[in-house]
Amino acid sequence: MHPVRRKRLIAVVFLLAGVGVTVLLVLRALNQNINLFYPPSQVVSGEAPVGPRIRAGGMVKAGSLRRANDSIEVRFVVTDMQGADFTVVYAGILPDLFREGKGVLATGHLKPDGVFVADEVLAKHDENYMPPELKGMQKSS
Amino acid sequence: MIPELGHFALILVFVLAFSLGVVPMVGAARGYTTWMRSAFSLAAGVAVFAFVAFGSLVYAFVTDDFSVRYTANNSNSLLPIYYKVAAVWGAHEGSFLLWILISSIWTLAVAAFSRHLPLAMISRVLAVLGWLIAGFAAFSLFTSNPFERALPMAPSEGADLNPLLQDFGLTVHPPILYTGYVGFSVAFAFAVAALLTGRLDAAWARWSRPWTNVAWSFLSVGIALGSWWAYYELGWGGWWFWDPVENASFMPWLMGTALVHSLAVTEKRGTFKSWTVLLALAAFSLSLLGAFIVRSGVLTSVHAFAVDPKRGMFILAFLGVVVGGSLTLYAVRVPLIRSRVHFGGLSREVLLLLNNVVLVVALAAVLTGTLTPLAYEAFTGGGKISVGPPYFNTVFIPLMVVLAIALGIGPTARWKRTGVRFLIERLGAVFAASVVIGVALPLAIAGAFKWQVAAGTALALWVVATHLQDAWLQAGRRAAGLARLSAGYIGMTLAHLGFAITLLGIVVTSHTSLERDVRLAQGGSAQLGAITFTLTAIDRVRGPNFLAEQASVRVDGDGAPYVLFPQKRHYVAGGQVMTEAAIAPGVTRDVYVAMGEPMDDGAWTMRLHYKPLVRWVWVGALFMASGGVLAITDVRYRRLRVRREAAAAVESNA
Repeated sequence: MHPVRRKRLIAVVFLLAGVGVTVLLVLRALNQNINLFYPPSQVVSGEAPVGPRIRAGGMVKAGSLRRANDSIEVRFVVTDMQGADFTVVYAGILPDLFREGKGVLATGHLKPDGVFVADEVLAKHDENYMPPELKGMQKSS
Repeated sequence: MIPELGHFALILVFVLAFSLGVVPMVGAARGYTTWMRSAFSLAAGVAVFAFVAFGSLVYAFVTDDFSVRYTANNSNSLLPIYYKVAAVWGAHEGSFLLWILISSIWTLAVAAFSRHLPLAMISRVLAVLGWLIAGFAAFSLFTSNPFERALPMAPSEGADLNPLLQDFGLTVHPPILYTGYVGFSVAFAFAVAALLTGRLDAAWARWSRPWTNVAWSFLSVGIALGSWWAYYELGWGGWWFWDPVENASFMPWLMGTALVHSLAVTEKRGTFKSWTVLLALAAFSLSLLGAFIVRSGVLTSVHAFAVDPKRGMFILAFLGVVVGGSLTLYAVRVPLIRSRVHFGGLSREVLLLLNNVVLVVALAAVLTGTLTPLAYEAFTGGGKISVGPPYFNTVFIPLMVVLAIALGIGPTARWKRTGVRFLIERLGAVFAASVVIGVALPLAIAGAFKWQVAAGTALALWVVATHLQDAWLQAGRRAAGLARLSAGYIGMTLAHLGFAITLLGIVVTSHTSLERDVRLAQGGSAQLGAITFTLTAIDRVRGPNFLAEQASVRVDGDGAPYVLFPQKRHYVAGGQVMTEAAIAPGVTRDVYVAMGEPMDDGAWTMRLHYKPLVRWVWVGALFMASGGVLAITDVRYRRLRVRREAAAAVESNA
C-alpha cells in the first residue's frame, strides 16, 4: 500500500476507534443517568420502580403541606386531581413558587411503602411557565 | 402614536433587510457594481429603522404606556426606571426585537469595517446577513409583535416584571449573550459568501477571524454573567445546572471555541479549510437551535420564561431552512476546496485538530443529553424523561482533561512537525513540577487530600506554567521582550490562562464547597465547617415595589465577624415571593445565606453555603473574553487593511 494511504488509513482507524469508544461511554453514561417521569397514577399503581432515581410530579394537594417541628423536613401530597395521590418527603428548602394547588416536579426515589423521598423539588418558574411533564394535568384540573 | 411608529419601523426593517438579501446578491452574481454597492446603504437603513423600532418600545416602557399589550404584561409604574428599560427585553417579544437590533448592528459594523474587502465578497456577506434579519423580522412581525395594542380595554396598571428578573443581571446578561449568539451569524455569512464565490483561502479566514473572536468573547461573558446571575438570584447557590437553557448557550460556545482555533490553522497554514467552513455554519445553527430550545419551552428548565410552542415551530422551520440551505451549499461547493499543505505526526496542527475533535465530541455529548428527552418523547409517544447532571459530568470531565493536557503542549509545539524529544526536554520539568505542586498545594491549604482537587490543580498549573514559560522564551528571556510580543500571542495566552482559572474554580468549588439547609430559631446558631451562623433578628423592610422579611445573620469564624442580610421579598403588584440571598464575596471563598420559609414557632429555614474559589469560574471567562478581543488588535489585521486600501486606490485610479 502507498505509504501516504497507509498513514491515512491508520489515522482513520484511530479516529473511528476513538469515536466508537466515546459513543459507547456516552451511551452508557446516558443510560445510567436518565430519570423517567411518572405521574401520580403510575406511582400509585406500582408502575413506578421502587429504588432508582426517578421524577414524579403533579399538583400539590391543598392543605396537605406539613412541616416537622424540629427539623427542616416537609411532607406534602401530590395529586393528579383524579384520585391518585402520593406523599412526598423532602428535607430541604422548597422553591419560592411552591404553592398548594400548583404544579410541582420532584426528583428522588420511591420507597416500598409508597412514600416518595425527594432530593430536588422544582416548582413552576413563573405564572406562565409549566414544566412539559405537567401540562396534561393542568388542563384536566 | 409612538408604538405605531415602532411597528412601521419594524416593517421597514423587514422590507429593507429583504432587499439587502436580494439586490446585492443578484448584483454579485451578474456583476452589477451599483447593485452590489447598495448593500452598504441598505445595511445602514436596516440599522437605523431597527433603532427606531427598538427606541419606540423603550419609550412605551419608560412612559408606562400600558395600552401596548407587551408593556402591560411586563412592566409596572412602580418599577424603577432602569428596570423599566431592562423590562423591554424581559420577555419574548421584546427580547426578539433586541435580537433584531443587535443583528442589524453587527451587519452595520461589517459594512463599516469591511470596505477593503472585494466588493463581490462583502456584498454577498451583507446579503446573507440581510436574509437572516429579514427572517427574524418576519418572525417578530407575524408571531410576536411587541407593538400590539390592547385597545380599547387598556389596563390602567401593568402586571409587573417577573421579580426574578428585577435585577442588574437582566440589564446586562441578555444584551451581551445575544451579541455573542448573533455575532456568529457574521462568521456564518462569511462562510456562505465564501462558498458562493468559491474563494475559500487564508484571506477568507483572516477576514472572518476578528468577527468570530469578538462574537465568541461576548458569548463567553454572556454565559458567565448568566451563571453568576443564577448563582445569586435563584437562591440555590448553584452556578451551573446542565439545564437545557444553559446548554443552549453553551453549545454554540463550544462550537465557537472550536471555530476560533480552526480559523487560526486556516489563516496561518491554509489547511482545515472545509472543516472550518463547516464549523462556521454549525456555530450559528447551534445559536438558532438555542433560541428554539429557550423559546419553545419543549424542555423542562429552571430558567424558562413565558414560552409558546407555536413560536418554537417558526424558529424550527427557520432553523431547518438555514441548516438545510447552508449544508446543501456546502455539499455542492466543498469538493472544489483543496488543501495542498501537509503536516507531520506531531505538530501544532495536530494538537489543534485534537482541540477541535475534543470540543466537537463534547458538543455532541451535550447535544445528546439535551435532546434525548425530546427524542424519547417522540419515540415512546409521550413518555417523559430527564437527563441529570451526572451524565454531563461523566462525559464532559474526561474530555476537558484531554483538552487541558493538549493545551499545555500547544504553544510550545511548532507548525508542520515537532520532535517528541524537543517537547520532553522543554516541558518534562514543567510537567513534573505541576503534578508535584498540584498534589502538595491543596494538601497544604486544605489539609485534606482529594484526588479530583489535586488533578484539577495540577492541570491548571500545567496550562499556566507552559504558557508563561513559552511567553518568557518568546520574549527572548527578557522582561522588555514581553512588551514586544504580538497582540495575537498575548491574547491567546490570556485566554488560555482564563481557561486554567475557570478550570481551577470549577474543580475546587465543586469538590470542596460546604452546604447545609438548617432551621434557625431567633438567637439560634448553626455550624458549617469552621463557620458559625447566628440568626440575631428578623425585621420587616420596605423596598420600592416590595415588602420583605430581612434576617440578620452574624457570621463568626470567617475572619472578622460580620453580618449578612438575606431577604424574603413579597412583590406588591404580582404577589410573588422571592428569595434574595446575601453573599459575602471574596477571592478565595464566598459565604452565602438564603432564607427558606418561616416555621410555626418563628424559626426560619435557611440555606448556608461556603464556596471556595467560586468567583474564579467567572473571572476565568473574563480572561478568555479579553484575550479574544485583544487578539483582534493584532497589527497584521491593520497592516492588511492598509495594503488593501492602497491596492484599491491604485485600482480606482487605473
